[in-house]
Amino acid sequence: MKKRSVTRIKRSPGTLLFDTCNTIFMIFIIFICIYPIWYVIVNSFNDAKDAMMGGIYWWPRIFSLENYKAVFEDNKVLQAFKVTIAKTILGTSINVFFTAMVAYPLSKKYLVGRKFYMALGTITMFFSGGLIPTFILYKKLRLLNNFLVYIIPAAFNFFNLLIFCNFFREIPSSLEESARIDGANDWKIFYKIIIPLSKPVLATITLFAGVGQWNDYFNGVMFITDNVRLEPIQTYLYRLVAEVQSSQMASAISASNITASDTTSTSIKLAAMVITTLPICCVYPFLQKYFVKGMLIGAVKE
Amino acid sequence: MDNVNKTMRKWWNQRYLQMMVLPGILWMLIFNYIPMGGIVIAFKKFKITKPISEAPWVGFRYFVEFFEDTNFADIMTNTIGISLLKLVIGFPLPIIFALLLNEIRNLKFKKLAQTVSYLPHFLSWVVLGGIMVSWLAKDGVINDFLVAIHVLKEPVSFLGEPKYFWWIALISDSWKELGWSAIIYLAAITSVDQQMYEAATVDGATKLQKIWYITLPSISGTIAIMLIMQVSGLLNSNFDQILILKNQINVSRSQVIDTYVYQVGMTMGKYSYATAVGLFKSVIALILLLISNKTCKKLLGRSLY
Repeated sequence: MKKRSVTRIKRSPGTLLFDTCNTIFMIFIIFICIYPIWYVIVNSFNDAKDAMMGGIYWWPRIFSLENYKAVFEDNKVLQAFKVTIAKTILGTSINVFFTAMVAYPLSKKYLVGRKFYMALGTITMFFSGGLIPTFILYKKLRLLNNFLVYIIPAAFNFFNLLIFCNFFREIPSSLEESARIDGANDWKIFYKIIIPLSKPVLATITLFAGVGQWNDYFNGVMFITDNVRLEPIQTYLYRLVAEVQSSQMASAISASNITASDTTSTSIKLAAMVITTLPICCVYPFLQKYFVKGMLIGAVKE
Repeated sequence: MDNVNKTMRKWWNQRYLQMMVLPGILWMLIFNYIPMGGIVIAFKKFKITKPISEAPWVGFRYFVEFFEDTNFADIMTNTIGISLLKLVIGFPLPIIFALLLNEIRNLKFKKLAQTVSYLPHFLSWVVLGGIMVSWLAKDGVINDFLVAIHVLKEPVSFLGEPKYFWWIALISDSWKELGWSAIIYLAAITSVDQQMYEAATVDGATKLQKIWYITLPSISGTIAIMLIMQVSGLLNSNFDQILILKNQINVSRSQVIDTYVYQVGMTMGKYSYATAVGLFKSVIALILLLISNKTCKKLLGRSLY
């Protein structure tokens, strides 16, 4: 206890060296985490033809808003953004509330059949039917080329359920009991008492599920086969990136130095990347304390 | 009889709870368990136009076909090779990062570094892949830089040379998840008893000695669990990552089981064969998980599930 009152001991040369190197290392980490985004941003604000010559690292060379104008005038891109926004809002809210609803009874030790239900769910975390049987099922359920393929198969998540369960178990049961004496049934208790008390865990799961929906490109590639209007922006970007790659590789094979990617797709790509990335960058720092907690609850299973 | 009655009565008393849980169970039966049943097509000659029950049985034919495939050795080498790289080199990085971050004295700077380090985790692989494809190209940022500092004489098309692919996969993945994976270690470090450090300071321990003799042993349990989880996922590749970085030229070093299943199943329509390949992977992964879990139990006295 007494040691606390002693003023800080002067740092030895070794410690000083360590601290300096450590600080430089952290600045390096901060740099490499931010720079790629910065690079995309400055290039997206640069004239597209000029940007293709490269060499824009820190600041736009020829400032231009044309790329963003191109995005907002391109109906295909706008449509893709609409799909992304719709599936993120709808898919996330359904996932969060449905998973929470199923999790609440499972957080009760006295639930009849609880062990069986939990076993059923645990198996799904370690074994799955795989891609093709899932595809065949969706085909039978008429989910292919259907907007609902983003929503229904994403409505539930057992890993998130475990996080919810762990949180619900910490809520003092006296609150529920007093409500029960007042004549409330379990369903009422769930949405009148439990949900309002669960804001931290709801925020965490909303972030996880929301980012998952927002960033997902594979469902659009896999399950939307003949209706481009249902592709989200990430799938649209995926196709652009794949195109750029294959034209790069094709030019490598034919040994010519000219990459044949066209200016419009490049400019749209950069601006669309910025638009898809910025919302998440702006939101996550404020949810940090919640998701750090969520990560920890999730890591410690029952 | 009495017991059954009792259970029924108990069930009826909690019918609202049961009504809440049942839709979830139904969802799992449809979206998890029906596809598991669909695995039978790995042993059948399945055509998408006819129902599964009408397809003739073929036994292990598709498994044998996979083992005899000319790409089999490449695919297995890539899957395990990339995972092993991520295990041997990628695994210690977040631990080192967490240890170093913990030594930062300025709390505001520490918080900033931590927050910024999460950023890549929230980016999609498509955006990241797009950046990488343009940076790793012959006229990209990486070549500009390496030529400028005279590491390279001539620009290299990194994604166009198979031999670089594993390293690209390792570095991009480590970069993306560095801060995120460190969360769990940072939490473990914060819960280490501060008195031990004070005692060590009195005994004249240096900073590195404190890290080596106090911090690391204190978080070894967490490290062991994370390690075992990663070992059990040895056959799981990062599908989103590899699909976007893969191309026709680097395919000999970038094709992993997951992308192969996608390719033969979805683009070539060989449903049964692709399912067999996927099942082969799932079974080995399950065995790895069981072994890791047993090892974990023996060494640490606690299991993963």
